[in-house]
Amino acid sequence: MTTYAFYPGCVAKGGAPELYQSMVAVGEKLGFSLSELTGAACTGAGVISERDPLAGDVVNTRTFAMAEQLGHPIMTICSTCTGVMAQVASRVNRDEAYRREVNQYLTDEGLEYRGTTEVKHLLWVLVEDYGLDRLKELVVRPLAGVRLAPFYGCYIVRPSSAVDPLTAGREGYLEQVITALGADPVEEYRGKDKCCGFPLLETNKKSSLALTGKRLDEAREVSADALVTPCPLCHLNLDGQQPDTPSASTAPSMPILHLPQAIGLAIGIAPERLGLGRHIIDTKGFMAKLAVAG
Amino acid sequence: MDVQLKVRRQNPEAEGTPYWKEYALEVPDHFTLLDALIQVREEVDETLSLRCSCRSHICGSCSMRVNGHANLACKTKLSDIHSDTVTVEPMGNMPVIKDLVVDLEPFWKKLYSIDPYLQPAGEVPEREYVVPADSMLHLDGVVNCIMCGACVSDCESLSVNPIFIGPTAFAKEYRFIMDPRDAADTQRLMQMNGPGGVWDCTHCFQCVEVCPKDVAPMDRIMAMRKMLVDDGLAEKHNGARRQKAFTDIVGRYGRLDETRYLMKSVTMVELAGYAKVGLRSMTHGKLPPLRPHRIPDAARIRRIFERTRSTQRRRFKLHQQAQEGSPV
Repeated sequence: MTTYAFYPGCVAKGGAPELYQSMVAVGEKLGFSLSELTGAACTGAGVISERDPLAGDVVNTRTFAMAEQLGHPIMTICSTCTGVMAQVASRVNRDEAYRREVNQYLTDEGLEYRGTTEVKHLLWVLVEDYGLDRLKELVVRPLAGVRLAPFYGCYIVRPSSAVDPLTAGREGYLEQVITALGADPVEEYRGKDKCCGFPLLETNKKSSLALTGKRLDEAREVSADALVTPCPLCHLNLDGQQPDTPSASTAPSMPILHLPQAIGLAIGIAPERLGLGRHIIDTKGFMAKLAVAG
Repeated sequence: MDVQLKVRRQNPEAEGTPYWKEYALEVPDHFTLLDALIQVREEVDETLSLRCSCRSHICGSCSMRVNGHANLACKTKLSDIHSDTVTVEPMGNMPVIKDLVVDLEPFWKKLYSIDPYLQPAGEVPEREYVVPADSMLHLDGVVNCIMCGACVSDCESLSVNPIFIGPTAFAKEYRFIMDPRDAADTQRLMQMNGPGGVWDCTHCFQCVEVCPKDVAPMDRIMAMRKMLVDDGLAEKHNGARRQKAFTDIVGRYGRLDETRYLMKSVTMVELAGYAKVGLRSMTHGKLPPLRPHRIPDAARIRRIFERTRSTQRRRFKLHQQAQEGSPV
């Protein structure tokens, strides 16, 4: 089994602790070898690069150099971290002169990036490295009878010049994983690759919540029982802000699962260990439906 | 090759509600979607309405949604589409006139609202303006815009915020702000600072993804946000606050701390509105730790921020150069 330089991201260690908790539990059960990059900094989530593009590139190249020293690919559990890193990699891996310029800022730490670090989200690791057949073998409690709609998060699908989901065949990975877990992946869900509104929260809260509500309404339209997301920032809005979305008072609530939580449920990890009680939108109804269906 | 087109049809003038119509065709392998739609109109169903002109992706007339995403029909080769059925819809965020023809009036109004023409300072020179090549070359991508509307069609912010100026007009505004001959850059930036301006972009990359000419409108929006902050025009705006808060916190801890970030990014009044969210998070064990994790050597991150900022250059403007008398 490949060892991964594990990059959990700030939100898994902050506002969505249940993501980190569930990843660790699932990683153990799947037999993942994870070496956490405790010294790596935040990717900037698109905000640092907005203020200073070079700083964003240097900070992420620093992380790539750390993983390169360890000789491991990076594994992330956040679409936004993945996308930001992929965008930086598309610049520093392809352009040697630029990499030299960026490396100048790392020499005082004794770091130099040679352009070889691969960055993969857990979702990509599962399908490309671990294998869905192997995952299926571990499923002890198929999520049969529930409709789990995929919610990718913008950064893991766009811009394709950096993440290129089509060429890599990554377009339907989330649906494939959901199917492997025994649930119905709600293929017709229109919101799957659209915006959750999170990046607008501080600058235009009304639009932010309107976008969140739109994605939830689209999920209700196709009778999804819950959404599954590989992005904790999307989770912050879809779950954390859901009570404040326009249709919240009249529409049924929509539970939002982190990807490792959905996997954990299917491979027999107790819901408490997956942090399912740490959601703003109660997951009990969903769990009851799962129990009835199971 | 056999193709199955599923076209969203509508005739609002006849008070018709939208409906789907399917067409099965046999077409040569080299056919574009536009070729196929013209074949439908000429041989199968003459009532199908669509716009097109040049058929070689330069006029920007035939934008529509293909399998959910905006593109030029003439640039879409049917052999490159792998789905069994090709779904064709009119562009989004614009009223439908009939079938695949949308009303572009709102699109043009937004574009005119940013004064899309050069506004130089001083006397018009007798001969041409002379500018250094490298002050114009970087506009290469953004001047390729053909006004097809694809970015506006798929803009997520616009879908919930009708006053949002939108990606085409932003890209055009950037084009003039960065033009060394234009002297209205401060007014232009100030216009971008208000409601519907650059801070209302949700950073979803849809416009970058669907643009058939690689104009990358969102990248231009982000560049204008930076200019607003660098020029000191956005100090009271949450957009500038959040940029500063983010870099300050990551510069201090190496990581983001969501609580501090929110407290520093919004006004006190707005912060009160988040009390409920904070309480909800606390009762669900989701509140980030009060003392955030600090990575070892966090000071190095701050040092990186300081050093990279010192390398940044100002925009080059002809009229300022004339006043300052510095050489080109």
